[in-house]
Amino acid sequence: MNSDTGMKPKIAIFKFASCDGCQLSLLELEDSLLDLVNAVEIAYFPEASRRMLKGPYDIGLVEGSITTHHDAERIQRVRRESKTLVTIGACATAGGIQALRNWKDVGEFVRFVYAKPDFISTLKMSTPVAEHVPVDFELRGCPINKLHLVELIGAMLAGRKPNIPTYSVCMECKRRGNVCLAVSASLPCLGPVTQAGCGAICPAYHRACYGCFGPMENPNPTALAGRFEAQGHADRDIMRAFRMFNAWSWQFRQVSEERERR
Amino acid sequence: MTAKAAMRKQFTLNPAALEQLFSVLESHDFQIVGPTIRNGTIQYDYIKGCKELPSGWTSEQERASCRLKRRKDDALFGYVPGADSLKRFLHPPELRLFRAERENGVFRILDNPAPAPKLAFVGVRSCELRALSILDRVLAEDRYPDAAYVAARRRIFIVAVNCTEPAPTCFCTSMGGGPEAGGGFDLLLTEIVSDNQHVFVAEAGTSEGSGVLAVLNPGEVTKEIMAALHEAMDRSKAAFKREVATEGLRELLYESFDHPQWDRVAAQCFLCANCTMVCPTCFCVTVEDSTDVPVRRAERWRKWDSCFTQNFSYIHGGSVRLSPKSRYRQWLTHKMAAWVDQFGTFGCVGCGRCITWCPAGIDVTEQIAALRGTAAPAASDGAG
Repeated sequence: MNSDTGMKPKIAIFKFASCDGCQLSLLELEDSLLDLVNAVEIAYFPEASRRMLKGPYDIGLVEGSITTHHDAERIQRVRRESKTLVTIGACATAGGIQALRNWKDVGEFVRFVYAKPDFISTLKMSTPVAEHVPVDFELRGCPINKLHLVELIGAMLAGRKPNIPTYSVCMECKRRGNVCLAVSASLPCLGPVTQAGCGAICPAYHRACYGCFGPMENPNPTALAGRFEAQGHADRDIMRAFRMFNAWSWQFRQVSEERERR
Repeated sequence: MTAKAAMRKQFTLNPAALEQLFSVLESHDFQIVGPTIRNGTIQYDYIKGCKELPSGWTSEQERASCRLKRRKDDALFGYVPGADSLKRFLHPPELRLFRAERENGVFRILDNPAPAPKLAFVGVRSCELRALSILDRVLAEDRYPDAAYVAARRRIFIVAVNCTEPAPTCFCTSMGGGPEAGGGFDLLLTEIVSDNQHVFVAEAGTSEGSGVLAVLNPGEVTKEIMAALHEAMDRSKAAFKREVATEGLRELLYESFDHPQWDRVAAQCFLCANCTMVCPTCFCVTVEDSTDVPVRRAERWRKWDSCFTQNFSYIHGGSVRLSPKSRYRQWLTHKMAAWVDQFGTFGCVGCGRCITWCPAGIDVTEQIAALRGTAAPAASDGAG
């Protein structure tokens, strides 16, 4: 992707099962948005424009998890049309909050919620994109950090490695000068097992980390769950702490199931 | 008390004179950094006057626990420091090294770093002074000095305070230090607070310190105050709970490469890097280059890094320390062994921050005791 050749790289944004928050962050870029549309061609972005150019695309940004037969087929097409495929957000990278269905009977939900359940055709599970097709890069978060999107596209245009951290939230938290809530208030904070990238927003406002960015590199959620237990938290609460936006990531899934079995 | 300290002339200051100290420092264009209550703990921050000091408060520290508590008196320095040390101010967590711009094929560096502010640190402890001398050795006195550190370091004024109440997490006495500051300060205070008096014994460590002290109209030290000072320091020295046996420690760590304790600590460790962030001597940084989308502007940033991350040891072919145990082992072996070979001292001053602020509840003194095969020290009842 060389910006000097005059050919603008084509970007497409695809939506699967999601709340649209991650793709909206593209529109929330404000000043950088103008830079972005000058540097790349937004070829397919139904949320923002009815102008839809055909593929192939240089970069395909995929939001949302795979929850229907139709989407399971569509993601194959998206992969074929995207030279580089980037998943954006917890739904696309881990199955999202809707992956909570994976531990329940979806048929029962459907019967309970819809007046005419016969029209509903859905998969039993909500799964991340990477369980269906190869993914080139994942942007974590619920929602993603919009500056990561600029960083990633900027890095691709410049041909350099993007600066997207994979270490713990604690490092950002300490750099920011927050007081550790696990130590100063014994709060069940997921920061020590969660990937940085949010800038440690929640601890800055005295809320323990919810783990929006999912498991960090080499996380140790088993040991963290043990700490929560030592601080007096019940197994059920520990299970729930790990069953949020990234519940279906295997590292969080493993520890929540272990606590559920107790 | 060291021989050198015994030779320094001591004076008394009352709490009102301390307020005046702030004005004198400000009149010399110093920004004052001192202990204050922020977000439920006592930590260093920019402060304006004595009233922002944590008067009547202390922080109770144990492994993985720090709690603010009311004191029975109005002591200003009756606490042990929080997570941050002088490192945050002299070797900041994030620093932009430069900005650059490309126009018509020409690449220009846009700005030089802003001049370092003049910082006066109030309430600095003996362990922090020793940590500063270790940072000096690494960042200022090595073959390639760190320009930002040297510029900031050159312009500081230090008002140190002798530790009258160490925390249960402290073990500076094992690491060649103690609650009394030996040197490296401009002014040194010892707070004496009882039912009938609140006074500071002050001494100057530099000519700048003498100059400032002279303006504060210090009083003479009476026999009674001297006796109270000795009593306070004796009580302090007797209050230490944790210790590390340092004799042969370097050799022990080098010989413990395959010790099963590394597996045990790795099972507990989150690799979250909190210990290295709060360590007053851990100096490692990473450098990140970023560009904007049109690839017209670039910036180079320096950020605190840690040997607990995967990328830290990323070289050609990948990370050389993939296992958690290899990272904990690297950290402890560097602190307590390789540092001696590199810089002539341990990389640890025994401040206990890595014990208090480890959310996993890992206690470095216990790890060393386990490597030695000796029983864990008495203070290590599993709190948190």
